[in-house]
Amino acid sequence: MIELTEKTLDPEKITAKVRRDTNGAVVTFLGTTRDNFEGKTVLTLEYEAFDEMALKKLEEVRQELMAEFGLEQIAISHRIGTVGIGEISLVIAVGSPHRKEAFDACHAAVDRIKEVVPIWKKEVYQDGSRWVACEDHEFSPADQHSSESHTH
Amino acid sequence: MELKVRLFALYRERAGGNIVSVTVPDGATVGDLTDEIRRQIPNLAPPEVKIVVAVNTDYADSDIILQPGDDVCLIPPVSGG
Repeated sequence: MIELTEKTLDPEKITAKVRRDTNGAVVTFLGTTRDNFEGKTVLTLEYEAFDEMALKKLEEVRQELMAEFGLEQIAISHRIGTVGIGEISLVIAVGSPHRKEAFDACHAAVDRIKEVVPIWKKEVYQDGSRWVACEDHEFSPADQHSSESHTH
Repeated sequence: MELKVRLFALYRERAGGNIVSVTVPDGATVGDLTDEIRRQIPNLAPPEVKIVVAVNTDYADSDIILQPGDDVCLIPPVSGG
């Protein structure tokens, strides 16, 4: 239910993993690559991961959220490598008996992934590039580890 | 002991390579290691920015004591999604 891949993500396939006849709701989130940053045109994005740790942290996030929201089906796939503009970089699919838990768990999953999973994206411009969110702001994932902080 | 520290993304680019070899005394902590790395590579991160470390694929607080053979990686601010 966890995947890091250089291949194009197929949201229907990933969503199918969480479909059950006992579920009344499925929420699928797609993260897609944007073509601009502060007025600059982004040509392409490069995603890099610390693979072993990223897979481990994705699975931890998945397990934490399933426990927190009482769910049994969450699938997460993250693209790495070069990703063109407008393509899908992240798919999170949550299956649940009821819609509220599906929406809430999916929202929390995106937030947690952006906080703790060692994946980095670089925006490539005509005249240079930039590691996103990397310009030296304070960052302390170890302090954000309690499950109560998922609303951040 | 000598540790081979792996670097990713921004830190890899700033250091000009994906591994840096760091020697610290036995019993050294994660904090001691990042102090030593800052001496070796002053432009890695500004002084006010905490360098986040993963030991054996888990985030490690600065008071964790390092062991020979630990898998030590520096984790610049993440930006997945």
